[in-house]
Amino acid sequence: MKKWLLNWRLFSLFSVMALLLAGCGKPFLSALQPAGEVADMQYSLMLLSTAIMVLVIVVVTIIFIYVVIRFRRRKGEENKIPKQVEGSHKLEIIWTVIPILLLIILAVPTVSATFKLSDVKPMNKEKRDKNTVVVNVRANLYWWEFEYPDYGIITSQDLVVPTDERVYFNLKSSDVKHSFWIPAVGGKLDTNVENNNQFWLEFDQKAADKAKGVFYGKCAELCGPSHALMDFKVKPLPRKEFDQWVEKMKNAKPAATDAVAKEGEEIFNKSCIGCHAVTPADKRPEQARTAPNLANFGDRERIAGILKHDEENLKKWLKDPDSVKPGNKMTGTYGKLTDAQIDALTKYLMSLKVE
Amino acid sequence: MSTVARKKSLIWDYLTTVDHKKIAILYLIAGGLFFLVGGLEALFIRIQLAKPNNDFLVGGLYNEVLTMHGTTMIFLAAMPLVFAMMNAVVPIQIGARDVAFPFLNALGFWLFFFGGVFLNCSWFLGGAPDAGWTSYASLSLESPGHGIDFYVLGLQISGIGTLIGGINFLVTIINMRAPGMTYMRMPMFTWATFVTSALILFAFPPLTVGLVLMMMDRLFGGNFFNAAAGGNTIIWEHLFWIFGHPEVYILVLPAFGIFSEIFATFSRKRLFGYSSMVFATVLIGFLGFMVWAHHMFTTGLGPIANAIFAVATMAIAVPTGIKIFNWLFTMWGGSIKFTTPMMYAVAFIPSFVMGGVTGVMNAAAAADYQYHDSYFVVAHFHYVIVGGVVFALLAGAHYWWPKMFGKMLNETLGKITFWLFFIGFHLTFFIQHFLGLMGMPRRIFTYLPGQGLETGNFISTVGAFFMAAATIILLINVVITSVKGEKVSADPWGDGRTLEWAVASPPPEYNFAQTPLVRGLDALWIEKMEGKKGLTPAEPLGDIHMPNSSILPFVISLGLFIAAFGFMYHAKYSWSLFVGIGGLLITFICMFLRSVVDDHGFHIHKEEVLETEKGVKA
Amino acid sequence: MHVEEKLTAETFPASPEKATLEGKNKFLGFWLFLGGETVLFASLFATYLALRDKTAGGPSADELFKMPLVFVATMLLLTSSLTSVYAIYHMKNFDFKKMQLWFGITLLLGAGFLGLEIYEFNEYVHEGHVFTKSAFASAFYTLVGTHGGHVAFGLLWISTLMIRNAKRGLNLYNAPKFYVASLYWHFIDVVWVFIFTVVYLMGMVG
Repeated sequence: MKKWLLNWRLFSLFSVMALLLAGCGKPFLSALQPAGEVADMQYSLMLLSTAIMVLVIVVVTIIFIYVVIRFRRRKGEENKIPKQVEGSHKLEIIWTVIPILLLIILAVPTVSATFKLSDVKPMNKEKRDKNTVVVNVRANLYWWEFEYPDYGIITSQDLVVPTDERVYFNLKSSDVKHSFWIPAVGGKLDTNVENNNQFWLEFDQKAADKAKGVFYGKCAELCGPSHALMDFKVKPLPRKEFDQWVEKMKNAKPAATDAVAKEGEEIFNKSCIGCHAVTPADKRPEQARTAPNLANFGDRERIAGILKHDEENLKKWLKDPDSVKPGNKMTGTYGKLTDAQIDALTKYLMSLKVE
Repeated sequence: MSTVARKKSLIWDYLTTVDHKKIAILYLIAGGLFFLVGGLEALFIRIQLAKPNNDFLVGGLYNEVLTMHGTTMIFLAAMPLVFAMMNAVVPIQIGARDVAFPFLNALGFWLFFFGGVFLNCSWFLGGAPDAGWTSYASLSLESPGHGIDFYVLGLQISGIGTLIGGINFLVTIINMRAPGMTYMRMPMFTWATFVTSALILFAFPPLTVGLVLMMMDRLFGGNFFNAAAGGNTIIWEHLFWIFGHPEVYILVLPAFGIFSEIFATFSRKRLFGYSSMVFATVLIGFLGFMVWAHHMFTTGLGPIANAIFAVATMAIAVPTGIKIFNWLFTMWGGSIKFTTPMMYAVAFIPSFVMGGVTGVMNAAAAADYQYHDSYFVVAHFHYVIVGGVVFALLAGAHYWWPKMFGKMLNETLGKITFWLFFIGFHLTFFIQHFLGLMGMPRRIFTYLPGQGLETGNFISTVGAFFMAAATIILLINVVITSVKGEKVSADPWGDGRTLEWAVASPPPEYNFAQTPLVRGLDALWIEKMEGKKGLTPAEPLGDIHMPNSSILPFVISLGLFIAAFGFMYHAKYSWSLFVGIGGLLITFICMFLRSVVDDHGFHIHKEEVLETEKGVKA
Repeated sequence: MHVEEKLTAETFPASPEKATLEGKNKFLGFWLFLGGETVLFASLFATYLALRDKTAGGPSADELFKMPLVFVATMLLLTSSLTSVYAIYHMKNFDFKKMQLWFGITLLLGAGFLGLEIYEFNEYVHEGHVFTKSAFASAFYTLVGTHGGHVAFGLLWISTLMIRNAKRGLNLYNAPKFYVASLYWHFIDVVWVFIFTVVYLMGMVG
């Protein structure tokens, strides 16, 4: 009976908390609105630990309020000497044992979830299933590269993944330490300079719809002046559309049609192509890929990861990159461009599309 | 000899003093100044984040401010203020006339001070460090200019000072206790100091090594963290956190000690479960060394390491919980007087419990992948460090102010300070838990509109201004008190239990005319309850041996300060290397002098002691 | 007992290093300091172990290290630890001259060790094993060099003590100083045993 009561109370506490927290934040960003298996697991762990902790807080608060009100020194008690109590073994054992039990309740699911989240066996290269999607994430000052080694394509800034299945990630950094975080979809993992880190995420289709098809990703490790601006976007697609996207990417080539864009292409090929590639199949080694791949630039969500995706912002970025992202590596790598040149470049860049 | 000492000017007196009470005041002033600097930096951070896309403090400059806020608050404000309390109180609490090594005590202070000044010189010499207080290796090697060099060299200097202080208190507590002061009769604050000092002894060397390695890499072409030459930046993370986690307990254990004293005093009751409190303190200190990798859950150490460190971290909650309940039951059945220090102590319990429970949440490794490096963590450690340590320092300052300066801080102003600070604190940091969960990473200088982060950040900024206002009122209180305050007696709170309340306020330079005999826990309380006026002396009145003051600690530290500049600029100017060597020579020559010139101290004669004591009674 | 009191072999206490409060403090404080030093070296050892294979194309441990030289250096330092034991034995027996003699021998052995180490480093540099070459080189020179620096400091310290007290002999003021200096010397010796094992033996075998 008592147990049932406790369960019932815990359950109602859980649902009240879940309701409360769900009101927090935006569906494309908030860890409180989990959008996949990993985030779900972490969210339930959060709820469990919060429930236990609220229980502790409630007990402490009740005793606290009682003590503080009941044992105030009142008027006329100025000379009162309370009894000097040394302690109580019974009480001390109680408040040692109960916390231990509470912690065991928390420790078991923690350990189990920790192991589940690091299960990356399916990405083993030799035994990999051909349907398993693996993405190599390379973090750079201040942009992200996403390479699909099984499809031979590279993109950057916008990560495209299939929904409702586990996607596996290889994470590394090419300059300083960053950290790969898509709050709504799952916890973060660091991109180190000396080794590959691996983990998996799962992107829920329904949650993606709720988030209007785009999740926000962040760099979670201080990496320099523009750390705050090192955002990326995630576009989860149903498996079929994802496969179509891959096919389009494999065959994508820049095709400037109108004259202004052609002019832009010339400028690009003179000043930019040393760093930026415009085809998703970039055979250069990663050390040579020092700037984002622009093959599907026209489809992107944001300019430079943060500005609204329109021509005006692209011009602003090309004119003075440092005013948008202080400390970025593009500033000063190309000569001064005239307004006409910038217009042409903008036309050309916006024409780079696969969709 | 002693009469000569009294004729020296005030400044010279403080430059050369080896008296633990004066060193406490030096720590209090220096730590207080750095606290104001760090607080100002915090305010700048909150102003920048008050609204999305703000341009008050952008990019690299913001990173400098955030780095210096963290570094200053931990190393240059909290640490020295803790040392101020320890120096002011611990020797008297154990019935000693001074610390074991008065000369080293002064040296510890001056090393900390010059290290801190060196670090802050960076603002005027090309920019402050900008890689966060953790200064992770890949970013700090990439950082241009000399900012990180200031961090690396400044912290080495002040770190040596802290290490010396730690050893000093260990020896003092082991060797200098008055007759009858057994280990299990030591006041809780002394116990906390003891365990803290042991933590300092074992935690600071790894930091020093980490800093030396980084110095080698940045200034002398080393390859410890250079992946291209085989280096590994994870080594820095380990070394830093092997220091960094115990550092949290180095700060918070003395805070626990301060509150234990205050709860007992103002409840007029002996500390509940004293022996389990001692046990819990030692256990926390021990476990503090076993959990460092919980700061590295997302580094990619693998599930086995993460699981082990998660469970070990959770274990710390048990002794901490024991303490919380013991404090509550100290008040239970007591006669609680709500003085300013007691208000901080009472407010500390719910505030710190919040910080503690979010700590347990962080320990759940799999969930921590979400919390890590987000504002949730920022909220968590501010609840621990402000709600625990800063509350304790404010409480301790109010509590022992009359002991240190002989005048009582104004209680009304004290309570206003308390309420403003308390409200501001919760306003600033509570909402940050949610900001973090809603996807706000820490250490970002701005955020975009439309991501749901505006309201929370604005509330947080408002709270910061409350805390700033509280600090200003505290300063006003200090000024008013020093101008107008009335002289107080030995036991101004009336409910003092431990030995420091048995000597005059401020205490004479020899503390005790006669070393007291300690007959139990709360030695003064026992005597009071038996209706005695003072302590039972353990020795006849006689000449008192005192240490000589010396300028050498100041010069030794100055030498290292100069050396640090020399080595920092050696790549730019070749002659600078000689400045570095010259600075080291100054230090070594002083050490040589200290070694070869005998220093036997001096004696205060019996008659003089009698005269001083008469003055106190009159 | 006053610290400067002239003592004779009869009145000299059995443990002069702990006969005064100052001595007791020094004794305990120095042991604690050595505890901190142990953690310092442990951190350096851990760093070295993590980086010992990271030679980045430079010479590796088994190519560099030569047993005879390291063995002789080890013997010198081990023996110097023994001679400092003799020195302290004579200090406790209030035999100042013999104490000075054995400390003198300790210094000579220590200087010999340091000389060999400098010679060894010089050889390595000629073989291209310079500090900036690789992570392994940085870790090697920092660990072994920190130890070498400790030896050099110990030599300066002990000789200062010997010269300063040459005329006035032993008393309770300087006995603790000699004692902790010898403690320090033993500590350096123990650290070297670990360096010999972890750096040189393991370097040559694996």
